[in-house]
Amino acid sequence: MDNKTIQRINAKNITDKEFFYGHKACAGCGGSLAVRQALKVLGERTYSVLPAGCMSAVGFIYPQMAFNSNAVISMFPGSASMASGVAVGNKALGLKDTHTVVFAGDGGTADIGLQALSGTIDRDDRVIYICYDNEAYMNTGIQKSGLTPYGTKTTTTPAGKNLPGSITEKKNIFEIVAAHDIKYAATASVGYINDFINKVNKAKQVDGASFIHVYASCPTGWGTPTETAVEIAREAVDCGLWFLAEYEDGEFKLNKNPKEFKSVAEYLKKQGRFKHLTDEQINKIIESRDKKWEKIRKNWV
Amino acid sequence: MNRPKVQEFKKPNHIDDYPTGPGFDGGHLVDKNAGWRTFRPVIDKDICVNCLVCYMVCPDGTIFKSDGKVDVDYDFCKGCGVCANECKVNAIKMVKEEL
Amino acid sequence: MDKTNRHFISGDDAVAFGVKLARPQVISAYPITPQTIVVERLSEMVEDGSLKAEYMHVESEHSAISAAMGVSSVGARAFTATSSQGLLYMAEGLYYASGGRFPVVMMNANRSTALPWSIFGDLRDSLSQLDSGWIQVYVEDAQEALDMMIQAYKIAEHKKVLTPFMVNLDGFVLTHTYEEVELPEQEMVDKFLPSFKTPNKMSLEKPMNMGFSTSPSDNMEFKYQQHKAMMDSVQVIYDVDKEFGDQFGRYYNGMIDTYCCDDAEVILLTLGSVTGTTRVVVDSMRKQGLKVGLLKIRYMRPFPEKEIQNVVKNAKVVGVLDKDISFGFEGTIFTNVNSALVRMQSHPQSYNFVAGMGGRDVSKADIEEMFMDLLKASKGEEIERVKFVNMGVEING
Repeated sequence: MDNKTIQRINAKNITDKEFFYGHKACAGCGGSLAVRQALKVLGERTYSVLPAGCMSAVGFIYPQMAFNSNAVISMFPGSASMASGVAVGNKALGLKDTHTVVFAGDGGTADIGLQALSGTIDRDDRVIYICYDNEAYMNTGIQKSGLTPYGTKTTTTPAGKNLPGSITEKKNIFEIVAAHDIKYAATASVGYINDFINKVNKAKQVDGASFIHVYASCPTGWGTPTETAVEIAREAVDCGLWFLAEYEDGEFKLNKNPKEFKSVAEYLKKQGRFKHLTDEQINKIIESRDKKWEKIRKNWV
Repeated sequence: MNRPKVQEFKKPNHIDDYPTGPGFDGGHLVDKNAGWRTFRPVIDKDICVNCLVCYMVCPDGTIFKSDGKVDVDYDFCKGCGVCANECKVNAIKMVKEEL
Repeated sequence: MDKTNRHFISGDDAVAFGVKLARPQVISAYPITPQTIVVERLSEMVEDGSLKAEYMHVESEHSAISAAMGVSSVGARAFTATSSQGLLYMAEGLYYASGGRFPVVMMNANRSTALPWSIFGDLRDSLSQLDSGWIQVYVEDAQEALDMMIQAYKIAEHKKVLTPFMVNLDGFVLTHTYEEVELPEQEMVDKFLPSFKTPNKMSLEKPMNMGFSTSPSDNMEFKYQQHKAMMDSVQVIYDVDKEFGDQFGRYYNGMIDTYCCDDAEVILLTLGSVTGTTRVVVDSMRKQGLKVGLLKIRYMRPFPEKEIQNVVKNAKVVGVLDKDISFGFEGTIFTNVNSALVRMQSHPQSYNFVAGMGGRDVSKADIEEMFMDLLKASKGEEIERVKFVNMGVEING
């Protein structure tokens, strides 16, 4: 893609219209910020598909319809496949210049929705798949998902005498998607909102499947105050536990390479879901961060 | 109209008043979120430099551009405080709601 | 009759031709024996340009129905096909599509459900999904299969109906056997079946939020609507049957069909291709002077309660041939028929014949034996209420 010709979106030139409004998400919901901004970038000619999850649960409570443009709730495993149907259906009807976007959570993407996502990318259907990652099945009450990091207290991975919370690492969904040789994939965070909206704008131009994995903080599930929702999502990137990168034209590219990482321990200890971690467990997290960044800096820079 | 407004909902009286299938008009709002708030954001327009960061980070989209500055749609603001936390010039204060 | 329009084709081929004539806009295809010929044939038609449709190679049956609903949700005509395991894999989607009022049409090749594994035919797959809210028809031969693919869209898309439609063919015995079938002309089908219009769709002119959730105060109303639509579909089924017959010369008599029932003492109720075999047995037994009759149930949902009551009211005894069993109780068709019988002032005794599961042949001799059992019962002799027919080994003692 020719990055020079794609106009950059910012607060001044983004549309004034709101397409996700009046919903019943928790105060300070990172996921709803991601949906709100993505829909502002994509505009009116957009069809949103959402599986079971927070964003569908809060947006479609009859008769309060929070999506100001077309939207439909799919089956839980079927967001990508329904979106493919929407995109191909509109194509068959001869409709041009429309966007089909999926807003699915981490569970709905990396676990139950993985098969359908793989199929959509394989067929290269014109779908923008946005995974808002709050690192657990939040809508059903904070249970562990495939994207829950090591050491997280969730309602199905309690932290106690014997276990430190979740014992597995986050599934590498960004690289799994990239391995399909998708035309465009990116990681983002609601803590870096301008980076996110420009990635959505890039995905908007793709004539085929694209994927954005956006870190979306969840004050309710993470045990953080509502007002730091954007700040904590920024800190996740600044301490290296999340990264901003793209996969484009067959190559990985790191967007932000911090000279120095902020404190992982500080980031973790602020959150109720990590309060129980011992120094040893925190060091394990720092070690695996360092291992990951060694690979990133070697191959993506 | 940039944002949907609350409208009156005509409750169905007869089965035929219901939509055919679980689908309804997009942007149809019947309920405010104002009641959720404990604190409300108050913007000091003299301090505000119109950087629009608060507008960009509001999870509910209730901060909107208005006359060269920003205003809050108090019908739908939940009082999360993200705007006040992100404002670089401390133009926004979270003020306790009267009971 | 114009011989050039008659082709010697299989049941699966006939379905493909029928679908082609119905002009679907998107086909979501996943292969499963014995439906594979349908999706293969359709892909050939798309490739050579004779069918202008988008063809999606989906990665599972769940995605097949999910994509078909996505297509329908924007107002385009969708088709998919499956069988047994695939039908069960997409089961969540069946309820979703009917509740969502998406008039998707699907061909189902009736096949036994695992375990044990079997690729051969019986009716357990679709009968287990009677409550999913789909209209279900069971066809007797390849001609009916082709014709029903066209009728299915007209019925499903009717504004009073807006309900998805399943056309069932017996696996292998119908899907893979050949017969002479007449292909209607495309122009005539276009006149009979106009393009798909629905208020229940997302569009740029009128943005909608679909598939929403309801609270206890609204859910039953939506369910009642589905129920009412299914009941309203009965009249539509009759109207479409008549219109189809007027246009193309073939009438199927609506919800059921009958053969020699007017003065029958005993009547056997059948579903699907075994009806054809039963007709032959009725003929030969009638020659012997035995007053036997056949009632072909075409639609299982909506259920032809009144039609069945009307036909059997003068018979002494009826039997129901079930190629399925609801374990611990009886065949599902039997249960449905009994519910219709029990509402009559007086009704004939009913008996269940469980046969032909996992592809076991149901021969003319088997059917003759069923009629002989029913005749015995009509004379007051006691026979088994639920009889497993043609078991390979002794099952008593």
